Amino acid sequence: MASDLTLILPEILLAVYAMLALVLAVYTRKDEVASTLLWVTVALFIAMAAWIGLVRDGSAAAFGGMFIDDAFSRFAKVTVLLSAAAVLLISEGYMAKRGILRFEYPVLVVLAVVGMMMMVSSGDLIALYMGLELQSLALYVIAALRRDSVKSTEAGLKYFVLGALSSGLLLYGASLVYGYSGTTLFSGIITTAKSGEGSIGLLFGLVFLMAGFGFKVSAVPFHMWTPDVYEGAPAPVTAFFATAPKVAAMALFARVMHDAFGGVVKDWQQIVALLSVCSMFLGAVAAIGQTNIKRLMAFSSIAHMGYALMGLAAGTAFGVQAMLIYMAIYVTMNVGTFAFILMMQRDGQVITDIGALNNYASYQPGRAMAMLVLMFSLAGVPPMLGFFGKLYVLRAAYDAGLVWLAIAGVIASVIGAYYYLRIVYYMYFGDTDGDRLDDSRSRVLSGVLMASAVVMVIGIANMFGIEGAAASAAAELVQ
Amino acid sequence: MAEFFTTNLGVFVIILGQCLLMAVFLLLSAYFILYADRKIWAAVQMRRGPNVVGAFGLLQSLADMLKLVLKEIIVPAGADKAVFFIAPVVSFALAMLAWAVIPFNESWLISNINVAILFVFAVSSLEVYGVIMGGWASNSKYPFLGSLRSAAQMISYEVSIGLIIIGVIISAGSMNFGQIVASQDTAYGFFGWYWLPHLPMVFLFFISALAETNRPPFDLPEAESELVAGYQVEYSSTPFLLFMAGEYIAIFLMCALTTLLFFGGWLSPIPGVTDGALWMVAKMGFFFFLFAMVKAIVPRFRYDQLMRLGWKVFLPFSLVWVVFVAFAAKFGWIGGIYARWAVGV
Amino acid sequence: MSVFAFYLFAISVITGGLFTVISRNPVHSVLWLILSFLSAAGLFVLLGAEFVAMLLIIVYVGAVAVLFLFVVMMLDVDFAELKAEMARYLPLALLVGVVILMQFALAFGVWESNAAAESLRAQAVPVDRHNTEALGLILYDQYFLLFQLAGLILLVAMIGAIVLTLRHREDVKRQDVLAQIYRDPAAAMELKDVKPGQGL
Repeated sequence: MASDLTLILPEILLAVYAMLALVLAVYTRKDEVASTLLWVTVALFIAMAAWIGLVRDGSAAAFGGMFIDDAFSRFAKVTVLLSAAAVLLISEGYMAKRGILRFEYPVLVVLAVVGMMMMVSSGDLIALYMGLELQSLALYVIAALRRDSVKSTEAGLKYFVLGALSSGLLLYGASLVYGYSGTTLFSGIITTAKSGEGSIGLLFGLVFLMAGFGFKVSAVPFHMWTPDVYEGAPAPVTAFFATAPKVAAMALFARVMHDAFGGVVKDWQQIVALLSVCSMFLGAVAAIGQTNIKRLMAFSSIAHMGYALMGLAAGTAFGVQAMLIYMAIYVTMNVGTFAFILMMQRDGQVITDIGALNNYASYQPGRAMAMLVLMFSLAGVPPMLGFFGKLYVLRAAYDAGLVWLAIAGVIASVIGAYYYLRIVYYMYFGDTDGDRLDDSRSRVLSGVLMASAVVMVIGIANMFGIEGAAASAAAELVQ
Repeated sequence: MAEFFTTNLGVFVIILGQCLLMAVFLLLSAYFILYADRKIWAAVQMRRGPNVVGAFGLLQSLADMLKLVLKEIIVPAGADKAVFFIAPVVSFALAMLAWAVIPFNESWLISNINVAILFVFAVSSLEVYGVIMGGWASNSKYPFLGSLRSAAQMISYEVSIGLIIIGVIISAGSMNFGQIVASQDTAYGFFGWYWLPHLPMVFLFFISALAETNRPPFDLPEAESELVAGYQVEYSSTPFLLFMAGEYIAIFLMCALTTLLFFGGWLSPIPGVTDGALWMVAKMGFFFFLFAMVKAIVPRFRYDQLMRLGWKVFLPFSLVWVVFVAFAAKFGWIGGIYARWAVGV
Repeated sequence: MSVFAFYLFAISVITGGLFTVISRNPVHSVLWLILSFLSAAGLFVLLGAEFVAMLLIIVYVGAVAVLFLFVVMMLDVDFAELKAEMARYLPLALLVGVVILMQFALAFGVWESNAAAESLRAQAVPVDRHNTEALGLILYDQYFLLFQLAGLILLVAMIGAIVLTLRHREDVKRQDVLAQIYRDPAAAMELKDVKPGQGL
């Protein structure tokens, strides 16, 4: 038992921290301490990430196999923690200015992160569901955080209702899987899956489970909630939705597919490939008509999930490695882009229309340049890091014999480049008349934007060594 | 003949007989505690109370009952008829149902189940339905307000009652009333009962019981100065009688629970004196006396005060108490008086 | 005897569920739902799981359904209109339903439980323990982690409800009990000796 507790020590510490922070804030000056709390949380996240990533090692299961601590889960946890820290960092100024920086916000983010860490470490269907619900419930609340705004409330409600539906599907699948395999432990399911001659019931459970995961990673055709929620939620919350939960859900997807159904890759490969190709194309095509940058980012994230799923569809260790690298790059790009979106204001009012970016480069050349780098990277234009991420997943798909999927990915990427480049076009070649955007003086936002852009450029040298980490993570997951 | 009682039908007949016996006992008790209630109330206010019908007014309750039964049943216009009539029946039936597991002496009970205390708790948590249904089906403002108040009130106080009961369950190591009482049977008689180790909870339980049964000072669902008579406004005749009888039987149930959980049930307070059902009934009578005195003495709470008391005082306090009892029982603090299961029942 | 009870409860569960769906009055729906819950509790008792049965009643019927009823009685929703709206999507819903039903026929039609699954299956009824005790052992020992996680989920739900609904209104007078208790005559009253014919 004691060794079990050592394994989940990071989760325990975070949960205890959340409760202490909550009690402290309630009994002191409530929302006035929100800012301090937020900075402390950021520091804690970074410290945790460093501890998990650099100090902890080994591969072990705790609580009778319900909790798995291995290189894969650690990779995902570090990504989740760092992206959550970055998002908290960029949200402080924006939320404080609009009076929605409440002390519950960092607390809920911490609890959501605990949920995500449980998700990526789960070795049991029930543990999976618990982690997922902990995460989702916290996200529903922060989506509706600006409770006086109709759109924010709508976002929260939509997210809640559809999230509950997807949880229902997932539970349904889980109960079928349990019924046909006799256990909820992944290690038990995989023995049944391997031994049976493709039991239809198990396959049904698998399909429902995947539908549930599809909702969480917003893969087509389970993506309907994404644009509305992204648009309605406060922008920093949208940034959070686009990063950490996606990583966690994707890692969970990979864990279930490989840990529980690793022996029957053929059974699920087609489905994942279908999700992937649908997401890539819908994300690319539907974003073309969008003028609201938050909606545009929603479709962009749908498309990116399609590429990440392509890595998963490969069904190989290299595929998982490609997916992990892709997610890490995706998160970095998105944090930078959302830092830019948070800066888009005119006379103190939030602007989400991309037409407002007209001629931005003439009065903010530095930021425009950073944004250009990020947009190129998101689109997958060669010299940037985003291109290498795409290259990885395409190669994984190609190696696994899914040539058609790789070709579809390239085509979707070309279509998708249009709307990223349109933003660049507006910034550099847009109309010169029209009002300028405010000159945001936030050092944090511009710092994060610049850092993200710089990473996209110099990362191509060696990807900061994440290739090796991702490779060993993938190797531990796929056996 | 003896063989007959071992057949299915025979067992059924025995159970039916036991139920009838219990029902008669309960109706008689309701009859007399109603009378006692009015007499005590009158005495506190230096009035005479009922004294006309029969000797000392003993037949007053009978007269009232006859009057109610013979009156016309009035159904308000626009009422939901089915629900309107089900409500008092539900209220009365549930009040009776809980008594199926209440013992009066060792093995003097209808059904000896393992989770008896949970059963009682479950049934008493259902009693709120009679009130809500009655208030809603009347299709009128005051009853509806009364039923809303009642729903919120009963749920609030159920929480602390549940937690207090958990404390006793931890101490006794069982959810069966027989074993809970047996675990209070020590050489110290009166001082061996659970009221001493669980002293603060006795008060909390008593007050929560008042709130749970809508007794004064928590009779807000039927506060006559605000809501005329709350959920019962539109009821007349027999349905009203059912509500009334149900209410008194529920009150009596709370007296029985207090006795069983904290005051040793049928055990005699003095070591050496025979235990028996008479002790049980006497203790229940005493607690009913306290109920009646509270009604006579304490003024009604305001609704926000009632809610605050339930959620901000009782709930945290009883929660802390459960934690305390759990530790005290586990580590045998204070000579193990919190862990009677450890010393063997 | 128990077969009779089983059919009684089973029919009552189904009837309750059916009327929950087709009742015109939402309050009736909730009441039918409660009947369904109670019958389900009865089924648990027949299975020998009396502890779970009681919890089902206490939690679902005693608390959750009361709040349901509370909300439904307070809401002024025109359910007829909602239903008319729903009727428009009925064909599609039926199609989806039929497809899923057929899939189930496929899935359950060839119910073959393979040997590996059989050996993994947990023992349904512990032989040497009382079922309440067995439940406690599983919940607090084997599933300890999940139990704690469930607690965290409830904490999030509580925080969420407070964050989204609590509004501190400034213009409301609040009662401070302690302040009231600690008021003494010296602070609250001023005694004046009023001379006749002069006033204050």
